Amino acid sequence: MKLVMAVIKPFKLDEVREALTELGVQGLTATEVKGYGRQKGQTEIYRGAEYAVSFLPKVKVEVVIDDGQADSVVEAIYKAAKTGRIGDGKIFVVDVASAMRIRTGETGAEAL
Amino acid sequence: MFRVTTKTAVGIGAACAALLAAPPAMAAVEAETGYVFNTFSFLFSGALVMWMAAGFAMLESGLVRTKNTATICLKNIALYSIAGILYYLIGYNLMYVDVGGFMGSISFLYNPSDAEMALLGADEATDAMVAAVVDNSYSVASDWFFQMVFVATAASIVSGTVAERIKLWPFLVFVVVLTAIIYPIQGSWTWGGGWLSEMGFSDFAGSTIVHSVGGWAALTGAIILGARKGKYGPDGQVNPIPGANLPLATLGTFVLWLGWFGFNGGSQLALGSAADATWMAIVFTNTNLAAAGGVVAAMLMTQIMYKKVDLTMALNGAIAGLVSITAGPDLTNHLMSIIVGAIGGVLVVIAIPMLDKFKIDDVVGAISAHLVAGIWGTLAVGIFGGGDLMVQIIGIVAIGVFVVVTSSIVWLILKYTMGIRASEEDEDLGLDSAELGLEAYPEFGRGSQRA
Repeated sequence: MKLVMAVIKPFKLDEVREALTELGVQGLTATEVKGYGRQKGQTEIYRGAEYAVSFLPKVKVEVVIDDGQADSVVEAIYKAAKTGRIGDGKIFVVDVASAMRIRTGETGAEAL
Repeated sequence: MFRVTTKTAVGIGAACAALLAAPPAMAAVEAETGYVFNTFSFLFSGALVMWMAAGFAMLESGLVRTKNTATICLKNIALYSIAGILYYLIGYNLMYVDVGGFMGSISFLYNPSDAEMALLGADEATDAMVAAVVDNSYSVASDWFFQMVFVATAASIVSGTVAERIKLWPFLVFVVVLTAIIYPIQGSWTWGGGWLSEMGFSDFAGSTIVHSVGGWAALTGAIILGARKGKYGPDGQVNPIPGANLPLATLGTFVLWLGWFGFNGGSQLALGSAADATWMAIVFTNTNLAAAGGVVAAMLMTQIMYKKVDLTMALNGAIAGLVSITAGPDLTNHLMSIIVGAIGGVLVVIAIPMLDKFKIDDVVGAISAHLVAGIWGTLAVGIFGGGDLMVQIIGIVAIGVFVVVTSSIVWLILKYTMGIRASEEDEDLGLDSAELGLEAYPEFGRGSQRA
């Protein structure tokens, strides 16, 4: 099993969710986060003082799927979340050791 | 120029009449009706000014961080309550009763007059009893109430500036001294009929007497307290600390604007004649126009200076406009009040970053909006309102020196006894957690991520 973790622009969440639903992904977790990448943030002025807004609001989306689905999930998120402008985010794939559905106690692929 | 000489005489006459319990100089209605309207004006206007306490609370809680929001709310409701109690216990007498040149009487409690008690207690009210009461032009308590909400306003100016790092109880002790002693004494020099008013100092609703007083006390407090941790960097760098809730700050500003109609309008001190009613309408109009001028000027200034309009500066612009017109809202050419307010708006946008240059950390811009605009508003009376510019300057300086000296003494005594500054750890954690043990927004942010 693989955990696909994507940091995306907040307004892209619905598009990403729809794209994943179309793939048959059954569940997803979204968290509000702040972050920056290579290009850092931007400078703003508040009451006459300049400040660098390094941490911009993002959304982190996490899905756990079968190994075989990982590539298509990454592709789907990539297509849905991309705008071509800086700050689009990143997608990571991580190995998952085990999984369990709390309600029923099912483990492994049945838990997904 | 824009103030007719007879109006000056009649205005001062009406003010003195209202203050010194002589028959109203402008009564064109029956005395008892005039009494009812005058009393009503004080009560209703006072209630509007009380509502400004809510405005300050909202404005301040919108401009501090989430972790300090509950504390600022508590400070606002506490200082309003303390101001009221102290002004009843000592303050009003010190400001208005048997005023010599420099202060009133040191006596305690301020209750209904003997004439009023006789009328209220009588089984059968006689004409003589009514006349004795009505002779004062307004109910004794109504004037207390109206004046009380002004001292509360002065105190609430201080709370915004020193927010996010001042300890709660030492701050409230300062409020006790400010409302019981400092404000009443300088108030006795002016509205109480003391030496400044005898010189001809003119401050209709308190640009100096209320707003600058609050502003000076805030300034000395900010200097003696020091800036928030992390606000200023080692190379003259200024680090913005954005507020938590801009809609609340906006709502607070609108509430203050509304309350100001009572603040300035009620300061006509009478509603018992056609002339009074007309003046009050003029005052309302000027008050609104000055605020509007302040907003537009601040918006244009920030657009030009920073290429973007800063909402918080626009809000400060409204306040600065209101403070600027407060000394002389009886201009009969309303265009002048737009200009007076606009200049206030320009001044506040310049003053805010300037204070930062001096490393004076004013969380909400209160010093800029109340002290700087207050000084301007008082001077404006000498420029636009037909007052004596020299006397205005004397008043500004005298009251400024008095408040700076007395408030500094109090701040320093508090600093070296109780201590006024929250510990570094408490400041990091947030005063809500450190001093109050609760969160303003427990469902949002870090709060919701804890069990």
